[in-house]
Amino acid sequence: MSTHQTRTEPAAAVAPGRTPTSLTQGTGGLTKGGIGESTLRPDGILKVTGEFAYSSDLWHEDMLWGYTLRSTVAHATIASIDTSEALATSGVYAVLTYDDLPTEVKHYGLEIRDTPVLAHGKVRHHGEPVALVAADHPETARRAAAKIRVEYEDLPVVTDEASATGPGAVLVHEGRDDHHSGHVPHPNIVHRQPIVRGDAAAAAARADVVVTGDYVFGMQDQAFLGPESGLAVPAEDGGVDLYVATQWLHSDLRQIAPVLGLPEKKVRMTLSGVGGAFGGREDLSMQIHGCLLALRTGKPVKIVYNRFESFFGHVHRHPATLHYEHGATRDGKLTHVRCRIVLDGGAYASASPAVVGNAASLSIGPYVVEDVDIEAIALYTNNPPCGAMRGFGAVQACFAYEAQMDRVAAELGMDPVEFRQINAMEQGTVMPTGQVVDSPAPVAELLRRVKARPLPPERQWETTEGADVRALPGGLSNTTHGEGVVRGVGYAVGIKNVGFSEGFDDYSTARVRMEVVGGEAVATVHTAMAEVGQGGVTVHAQIARSELGVTQVTIAPADTQVGSAGSTSASRQTYMTGGAVKNTCEAVREKVLDIGRRRFGTYHPAWATAELLLENGRVVTDGGEALADLADVLDGEVVDLELEFRHRPTQAFDLRTGQGNGHVQYSFAAHRAVVEVDTELGLVKVVELACAQDVGKALNPLSVVGQIQGGTTQGLGVAVMEEIVVDPVTAKVRNPSFTDYLIPTILDTPTIPVDVLELADAHAPYGLRGVGEAPTLSATPAVLAAIRQATGLELNRTPVRPEHLTGS
Amino acid sequence: MRVTFTVNGREQAADDVWEGESLLYVLRERLGLPGSKNACEQGECGSCTVRLDGVPVCSCLVAAGQAEGRDVVTVEGLAGDDGTLSTVQQAFVDAGAVQCGFCTPGLLVAADELLERNPEPSDGDIREALSGNLCRCTGYEKILDAVRLAAARTGEAV
Repeated sequence: MSTHQTRTEPAAAVAPGRTPTSLTQGTGGLTKGGIGESTLRPDGILKVTGEFAYSSDLWHEDMLWGYTLRSTVAHATIASIDTSEALATSGVYAVLTYDDLPTEVKHYGLEIRDTPVLAHGKVRHHGEPVALVAADHPETARRAAAKIRVEYEDLPVVTDEASATGPGAVLVHEGRDDHHSGHVPHPNIVHRQPIVRGDAAAAAARADVVVTGDYVFGMQDQAFLGPESGLAVPAEDGGVDLYVATQWLHSDLRQIAPVLGLPEKKVRMTLSGVGGAFGGREDLSMQIHGCLLALRTGKPVKIVYNRFESFFGHVHRHPATLHYEHGATRDGKLTHVRCRIVLDGGAYASASPAVVGNAASLSIGPYVVEDVDIEAIALYTNNPPCGAMRGFGAVQACFAYEAQMDRVAAELGMDPVEFRQINAMEQGTVMPTGQVVDSPAPVAELLRRVKARPLPPERQWETTEGADVRALPGGLSNTTHGEGVVRGVGYAVGIKNVGFSEGFDDYSTARVRMEVVGGEAVATVHTAMAEVGQGGVTVHAQIARSELGVTQVTIAPADTQVGSAGSTSASRQTYMTGGAVKNTCEAVREKVLDIGRRRFGTYHPAWATAELLLENGRVVTDGGEALADLADVLDGEVVDLELEFRHRPTQAFDLRTGQGNGHVQYSFAAHRAVVEVDTELGLVKVVELACAQDVGKALNPLSVVGQIQGGTTQGLGVAVMEEIVVDPVTAKVRNPSFTDYLIPTILDTPTIPVDVLELADAHAPYGLRGVGEAPTLSATPAVLAAIRQATGLELNRTPVRPEHLTGS
Repeated sequence: MRVTFTVNGREQAADDVWEGESLLYVLRERLGLPGSKNACEQGECGSCTVRLDGVPVCSCLVAAGQAEGRDVVTVEGLAGDDGTLSTVQQAFVDAGAVQCGFCTPGLLVAADELLERNPEPSDGDIREALSGNLCRCTGYEKILDAVRLAAARTGEAV
């Protein structure tokens, strides 16, 4: 823990006309508005009136529009680029290619700096940025970009494990020298993580049944609705002010500044309104491009992707092929698991190494298995780059191991839920990595809860006026009134880690200021946390109210003028930046009490002897006696602290055995899916998707349920509709639009009843457990299990398409 | 070209409009009304929904010139002149129907039109009316709650 008191003031750039604003919220009346209450979002009113400034809404006098020219092929050398005609276009201010990059740093990346800012001599995937244009109108920029002549000479494409690691495989990256390159078996493998524990071969000999299966998980897109966008404003000091939607300001900053040749303090970043993220904003998109154009033209530059470009502008969830072998004894005890998970990382590393670590370490699910032999790898290919998406490696594994659990249960003639409960992990279970699960792990209880819930009535579509087709498979297409419709029920449960793992120094910073304004003690919370919709700003205010006893809390805009808050990902922000706010508030409280003791200590002995709290604007003893108003204690004084907060340290996984205390915390959710399938047309209607999840402590129950329902729906999407289709011959994306990449509508999404458990994790702030990702894991296999039960089909890939159900 | 139309009750004119510009672009970039959102610009997501002579449309699919002389209502026009939230806006806030909020403006305009036409919608009616509006955060449950709440509050007020 350290304190930073030095602060830099922003240089005098002209502020944009429309910028992020502070959110001030009082609770009014008697509402205390602290943790555990469903307080309302401080940005809610701005969002329902249309006044909330998203990154695509920013505007600046005299601003230009940037546009990115992207490769039309997946793998090619660039023989030439001719920008002359584009540059001569009226209204165009700049055209930039690789040759215009200002410094020797021309690549960026989350962990491995392998991604070119602009293509250099070669493109490695369809849609790779090749050139940039700035013009006075977005259409002028687009048309000018179309006049840039790029001559490609096609190279053979690497598309799967066979073409990546087979004899004579073309290398996606020549001359690798990153820190994984030394231990991988082939240069087209980004990272490999084996986990070996016990003796799987010996255990297999004890098994009464052995089930093997091969599974395929399609490429899912985050499909956040707010497109990649931002505004870069050149400043008088030679730096740049960047307003952007991202998940981690300081990670962006670390990657942007060296490419621009600027010290980090001259790249001042402010978070703009973020229209969802789900992992897709962990990597850079337009950040460096916008800054380059702004610095080159001396004018503010706004870049907004359209949906087509957005599909190329961010990484996706890794598609995967998974091979599993499960063994069990006749009494339903798992003997061993062997598995191999191959993740397609695409052309650049992005978060692939960490996704591999997650997939491997969580590959057997929330079960007790002492003998395992696990391998996970991520490939370099010429497919679209893949990286972070909600669930991060654990999603693909859960789809496969839960299918396996159903198949083993069927082989044993056991109920699939009972079989899972027999093998369910609990507090004290040892993970395949050797890590002991040292907080509640209510896996069997979560399953019991979803199973105990009454089933939705059959034939709900029947009304007195005939069938309500909106409740049937095929919906308003009016394809059935119940004929050929069969119901199925399926269960699944999953395990997800919370926070950054494998020894990463994963800290968050919070600055908290307490002062008297208008006769009332108020607090200001300043962090760099990216509010992407999850409600972090809501809980920060709740934490400040609970810890400081104030009613009015201002959440300052997130920017890089305060220390890093880490990433809004890995289900970590309430734990980590919430933890940082709590931690700083506690230190502020101590300072306030010191002031109180100095001022009033001589008047009442309790100042020295009692446990003191800040409640409802007063200093009170733990016995409830009020000692002073906070406004009188503070008087003219201001308490202002900025502190870092860390979770307990983790360890890297051993590169040979996978052993190590790699994870911070685990979270668990279970689902029951009820589906109705039109078996003639292969159409699926999910009727209900019930979830039970342990959240440790629900800081804001309304938001917690919202997270669980949203995560569940993304899991439903990849079960029955969502997939980026990449041509296996050309490696080109076939469906970069919401016309062809379908996400669930309100008609596709069923009722999602949620059962929230609160079993405290003693290691975490308030006992809370990260919420966001776990529901995305088990929703998909639960839906698949239900469809299997309805149809009797094996269904070893997701998403399921109609032809998989009709066989034609 | 110059385009003149009524937005949220006020006549507005935009100059230098290129013929290919959408109503969405003119609202957002020329008239200072960025509340209507640009999630897909392909008519698939509904985030740009506005009412054109009362009818909900994807403003990204309407050429700006088509709005000439017509009446447009955007999310910015839902609240009262004094800033009081409309029933449906308040219900979205209260029900927790807003997360990232990018789909919210389009959903509000669509839900407002639904409740005007059908003050007591069934769940099926709500789902059908909002099926052109994608949301990626909420799983729609709280949006259903919000529309039910708005309908109930409107019913009480009558």
